Amino acid sequence: MDPRRTPNAASKPKVRQVGFVPRNAPPEPPARAPSYPAEPSSPPLSDSPAGNSLSPVMIPPPRHLSDNISTFRTPAVPVPESTRRRAYHSPVVGSYDPAESLLGTSSPVPSPPSSGRLIGDGEFSEESWLRRSNSAKFASSFPGGGFDLTAVKAVSAADLASSVNLKKTVASDVNVEKTIEKSEGSALEVNNEAIPSSKPLKAKPTKSERRALQESQRAAKAAARAEGNKSTAAASGGVASVKVSKQRTQKKAVASAAPSVAASEKKGSDRALEKDRKKDAPAPRMQFDEKSRVEKAKRRAVVNQTEARNRVELFRHLPEYEQGTQLADLESKFFQLEPIHPAVYKVGLQFLAGDITGGNARCIAMLQAFQEAIKDYVTPPEKTLNRDLTAKISSYVSFFTECRPLSISMGNAIRFIKNRIAKLAVSLSESEAKASLCSDIDRFINEKIIVADQVIVRHAATKIRDGDVLLTYGASCVVEMILLYAHENGKQFRVVVIDSRPKLEGQSLLRRLIAKGLSCTYTHINAVSYIMHEVTGVFLGASSVLSNGTVYSRVGTASVAMVANAFRVPVIICCEAYKFHERVQLDSICFNELGDPDAVIKVPGRMDVNYLGSLRNKENLQLLNLMYDATPSEYVSMIITDYGMIPPTSVPVIVREYRREQLWI
Amino acid sequence: MPDVQALVNEFLFKLKKRKIEGSQATARQTAVLLRSVISQQRIPYTHQAAALIDAVKAVGERLVLANPVELAVGNIIRRVLHIIREEDLSLTSVAMAGLDLSAVSDDEDETDQDDHPVLSAAAVAAASRNTLRPPSLQTLLEDLPDSAAVPHSSSSGGDSEGKSKSADKSSRSRKLKHDVIEAVNELIEDIDTCHEQIAEQAVEHIHQNEVILTLGSSRTVLEFFCAAKEKKRSFRVFVAEGAPRYQGHLLAKELVARGLQTTLITDSAVFAMISRVNMVIVGAHAVMANGGVIAPVGLNMVALAAQRHAVPFVVLAGSHKLCPLYPHNPEVLLNELRSPSELLDFGEFSDCMDFGSGTGSPLLHVVNPTFDYVPPKLVSLFITDTGGHNPSYVYRLIADYYSTDDLVLQRKPASVNSVQT
Repeated sequence: MDPRRTPNAASKPKVRQVGFVPRNAPPEPPARAPSYPAEPSSPPLSDSPAGNSLSPVMIPPPRHLSDNISTFRTPAVPVPESTRRRAYHSPVVGSYDPAESLLGTSSPVPSPPSSGRLIGDGEFSEESWLRRSNSAKFASSFPGGGFDLTAVKAVSAADLASSVNLKKTVASDVNVEKTIEKSEGSALEVNNEAIPSSKPLKAKPTKSERRALQESQRAAKAAARAEGNKSTAAASGGVASVKVSKQRTQKKAVASAAPSVAASEKKGSDRALEKDRKKDAPAPRMQFDEKSRVEKAKRRAVVNQTEARNRVELFRHLPEYEQGTQLADLESKFFQLEPIHPAVYKVGLQFLAGDITGGNARCIAMLQAFQEAIKDYVTPPEKTLNRDLTAKISSYVSFFTECRPLSISMGNAIRFIKNRIAKLAVSLSESEAKASLCSDIDRFINEKIIVADQVIVRHAATKIRDGDVLLTYGASCVVEMILLYAHENGKQFRVVVIDSRPKLEGQSLLRRLIAKGLSCTYTHINAVSYIMHEVTGVFLGASSVLSNGTVYSRVGTASVAMVANAFRVPVIICCEAYKFHERVQLDSICFNELGDPDAVIKVPGRMDVNYLGSLRNKENLQLLNLMYDATPSEYVSMIITDYGMIPPTSVPVIVREYRREQLWI
Repeated sequence: MPDVQALVNEFLFKLKKRKIEGSQATARQTAVLLRSVISQQRIPYTHQAAALIDAVKAVGERLVLANPVELAVGNIIRRVLHIIREEDLSLTSVAMAGLDLSAVSDDEDETDQDDHPVLSAAAVAAASRNTLRPPSLQTLLEDLPDSAAVPHSSSSGGDSEGKSKSADKSSRSRKLKHDVIEAVNELIEDIDTCHEQIAEQAVEHIHQNEVILTLGSSRTVLEFFCAAKEKKRSFRVFVAEGAPRYQGHLLAKELVARGLQTTLITDSAVFAMISRVNMVIVGAHAVMANGGVIAPVGLNMVALAAQRHAVPFVVLAGSHKLCPLYPHNPEVLLNELRSPSELLDFGEFSDCMDFGSGTGSPLLHVVNPTFDYVPPKLVSLFITDTGGHNPSYVYRLIADYYSTDDLVLQRKPASVNSVQT
């Protein structure tokens, strides 16, 4: 990540300033404080790839600011802080992470044009601050990401140890009681959270890590007990000392295993932040081979699907159900269901039955169902809209997931909605809030899907010349729009539609194209190497584009792209930017969706092919109906998004910029 | 004669209508037919071998034309021609060896008198070596110096013998025919047993807990798996269904019936699954001289995916599938387009196609090829009934089975050649 990221950052310093500088967001100085000293004091380390992206280190500050950042943030911006930052900061502004420039009210390079976009209220900036730090965390999930945290940690651990004291005292002076409670609670609680979250990062650190954790835990407890009755100042001192001891143990760990410390930082971070981050970080997906969790989920489930027989061993971690067994039952329950809004229920059943397919269609249907639900929503007494509505949406989402696993694009849309709900100003009345949410959803659909498609179509049409033979696979609505648009504009070209079982989506696309008078060739995926000789370009849709450039799309896309690549035919992926995701994936097995296994056996229209009908119950016959696959980025020549035409290596840039921009919608 | 003609016509009809499934069945039937052609052929006193060759070529040409894509027919015809030439050669050399001993002063041989015994001995050695296949590369090198001389001596020897020794004629002609039919019988037996011979090698290639992917159906592959299974190897097979014929379903059914762990996947999932596969084992339609494979459609895709993930791509092929031709544009020239109805039902798209206002060129083409060409660089290994071979070695295998005179089966130039030599 780092080699890639640095040049990007360098090339887009302006964007960053535009996005953040003008916002007047009160800087998060304490955050900065620890990271800055690190830089000058240990140049060799900061030279290392990770040294560049200090952002993760900034996570700690909000921890002390815990609940009401807004109240004490202003006082917490101590003057010395900003001067200090400036002193350290000024030479490196451009190359820093977005998070950094957030602090930049007083940063030396405020850019004037950005002021137009600015929303200055404190709440918003808080939100965006959290967001930013989230994105920093996402960044750390990139291949090299682990280093980010860790190396920085290594750099700054020493400084932290000392600076934490200072920070602590500043924070605690402002809001003593709260911080004490908070930090005591969170010190213990976060510890618990830190362990699982640290796992993915490194296995190595665990031993020293754990020791550090235990020590600090013990220290925290002792401190709490000892100083429970003492004055606030003393308490805060105690907390600070806990922190310090933590840092010290950490330092030890650093000494032994420098890159492994990442996790321990987390334990210090605030609970609220942690929670928020969890909310919109790519949550660890449910692994369906974990029995207990699956059981739990089943008890809550509205849709009780029967599990398919003879599961493929390799895909135990994914849900696989027999299809069509529950539909009638669920339909009959339509009027009885209390907790689920009818619009949501209807769309869910449509997902289940397969009436709505395609990333965009599903996403729009879901958003519109949410819109309906929000319109009919009434805040129950003694509850706040923000929290209760979020919970409602979450329950709807889990219902959708039961019907059919969510696509990544839908996940992004949900994240957007939740974000909007969380950001609603408290001053808004309920009807105002609802109206604003509905219009937000409308705008999302319009800007991110409909207009985005139009932009993509314009871009892609420039790549179609007379005499071209364009190949497409399956039925992507964007690709269809591109082909129709080019045809309407008088381009002379031929289309090759490749199709595959069991969905045979290509047939419907073929039907629509022919009805519009396009000249088409139709064949199945096995014949793709036969037809590829005459093809001049391959246009493919995508369900999602992951930040390592992998294209996650209908199963078979990878094969088509691979054959095209072998025949030196350019492969162009058309995908709206809202489908981009910071997740990474290398193969098609870790995450996927399994369709109805019986669809593999049945070949519609071919009565002669029915060899396996009688063997369905045999133990040693398994059927696998994969829905998606991951196309490696080296097969992709270009990705056309609403932001323009980019190489697959630039996906992380879009993901990052897009995340930031999403806040402005 | 007439009954042979009837047989030939019947076989031609079957070939034209694509009634025969699989290259093994085709190869066997071709061999059986040629055997009856040979046995019914009346042999003249002179040029016996040439007469047989002519007769076989006459039939062969028609058979090949009936279904040029079924390369096994041509292969078997060439094999039979090769057998005739070899038998003729060995007979002549044996006769000549006797000739040299008894009548050294014969007029015809005066010119190259001192040369002759050596030559004939070499010819005998070469012939005997040729009949013992597989020959090593070394014998090839040894053969090289006199390879040009051997065919010459054989035909001239035949001529001289025919002229001088009329008493032997009838017995010799009967002997030649008899030997040829014997050899053709051996060939038929070879074809029949090639599955077993290939399957015998299964344990050397499939180990415990292996995950194997295959596409479509092939009897060779099925027997290969079963042989490994019988040897108590437990492994897992992913079968891609092989649209649009869905032979994979058939293979899966057979494998399940024999107790193998089988997973049926769609063809589109091949790329997704191949990263978890240890080996791809497939059958072939024909193996070309450069090591390329004419295979059921879809295998090029599988081979590319296998190459990307460094998974060995193993092709099982009986020796009757070895074709001595080099492919030129094989995707088109050695391919066959099947009925579009396998992909789209007839009339399914009539509603959206406006035939009345059509400009003459139809809007919709449906392409349904039967075969794929897998270039040699994508193949890791060939397993034939004579063992495993690299793609680069195939040309050498072919040299054992075919004589260079027969590579072109068109009769006009071919007959001129064969008579002249």
